[in-house]
Amino acid sequence: MGQHHIQITVNGASREGDVESRTLLVHFLRESLRLTGTHIGCDTSHCGACTVLLDGTPVKSCTVLAVQADGRKVMTVEGLEQGGKLDPIQEGFFQEHGLQCGYCTPGMMMTSYALLKANSAPSELEIRQAISGNLCRCTGYVNIIKSVQHAAQAMAATGK
Amino acid sequence: MIPAAFDYHAPGSLAEAIELLGRYGDAKVLSGGQSLLPLLKLRLGSAGHLIDINRVPGLEYIKEEGGFLKIGGRTRESALEGSDLIHDKYPILADTARVIADPIVRNLATIGGNLAHGDPANDHPATMLAVGAVVVATGKKGERTIPIDAFFTGLFETALGKDEILTEIRIPAAAPKSGGAYMKFERKVGDFATAGAAAQVTLGAGGEIAKAGIGLTNAGLTPLRAAEAEKFLQGKRPDAATLAQAAKLAGAASDPSADRRGAVEYKKEMARVLTARALKKAVERAQGA
Repeated sequence: MGQHHIQITVNGASREGDVESRTLLVHFLRESLRLTGTHIGCDTSHCGACTVLLDGTPVKSCTVLAVQADGRKVMTVEGLEQGGKLDPIQEGFFQEHGLQCGYCTPGMMMTSYALLKANSAPSELEIRQAISGNLCRCTGYVNIIKSVQHAAQAMAATGK
Repeated sequence: MIPAAFDYHAPGSLAEAIELLGRYGDAKVLSGGQSLLPLLKLRLGSAGHLIDINRVPGLEYIKEEGGFLKIGGRTRESALEGSDLIHDKYPILADTARVIADPIVRNLATIGGNLAHGDPANDHPATMLAVGAVVVATGKKGERTIPIDAFFTGLFETALGKDEILTEIRIPAAAPKSGGAYMKFERKVGDFATAGAAAQVTLGAGGEIAKAGIGLTNAGLTPLRAAEAEKFLQGKRPDAATLAQAAKLAGAASDPSADRRGAVEYKKEMARVLTARALKKAVERAQGA
């Protein structure tokens, strides 16, 4: 049933493929495009490990159909690094030890990236609220919050 | 998890969407998809066809017009959260939107979907009962309005016809000396309510309660109106004892089921506590309005 030819701009590059109606965006990204940086966690839209940006807005890609993204822009964790240089949010997670197992990290970074685009100097509370749909089961959230703050400060310092 | 096979349609107009709904008997409307897709993935429901209304223009707006606050059916929860009009004049809706699921889900989830899903655990239904909303359904024959009290007909069932789409929610425009609040108790962000209560009050010239609306979340098979508590408040001064007695009546009216969120007695008690808090906040807001 229902086959669709779709075109999505993923991390700035046009990608095409054939999908079933029921194919979820996360499966298209991971299995068809082999962009496995986006993780599948709970698969029930609770954990946020699969968070990507759809036209700049964070969404849980396990709860969006691939065909819904037809003609739109998707940014995944692979799109953060530019020209061999880590994005400030990646640098922040690296410097502040914002991860242990790393499973939640792609989703955490995409949500935080979108937060900092909208609010360049978020308070701790605003960071906590923004990532409240992203679960970390390693250490809790203290270092993750420090990582986002590190990124915000670095971006302020470089005027980005 | 991948849903069972279905066919996907993305109509570009409302008329086309309604035509598709009419053509297929086993079609579902895909709005935000944040309830529908998990439900299909978990095989709690099935559909032969999904009619995606996300490419239909003109379904996302928040505006005051003709004595009503009008909200387009596909308006995202995040848009309600970010609306100055909602924050300034309809804070009960801001209270409600910001406790639904989590911020990422709210970027897609829609107010119309939240109601049309017919889930008594959803948060908007109680608020809509409290404020006395009217739902606009659009079908082949055009628009019709459904009072919120006639909208929820059973568990996951509403008064919407098979080929109707919930296109607008109308809420009476904020009256002077009126205010409302929604209180939700949840185990963690993203959980359904252990209990939740919405209260809307309008005060009379002497400061007495001229009108009260109380809705309860997850307190039965359908969203529940605490009618006895509302009636009790009518004409009384909103002092602590009166509000406490109304909350007691609401708690007694709630009819929850036991689950991992708690026993029946506990949930009824939480319904009482949350009603008390919602009423207190609603009165404070009405007095300040």
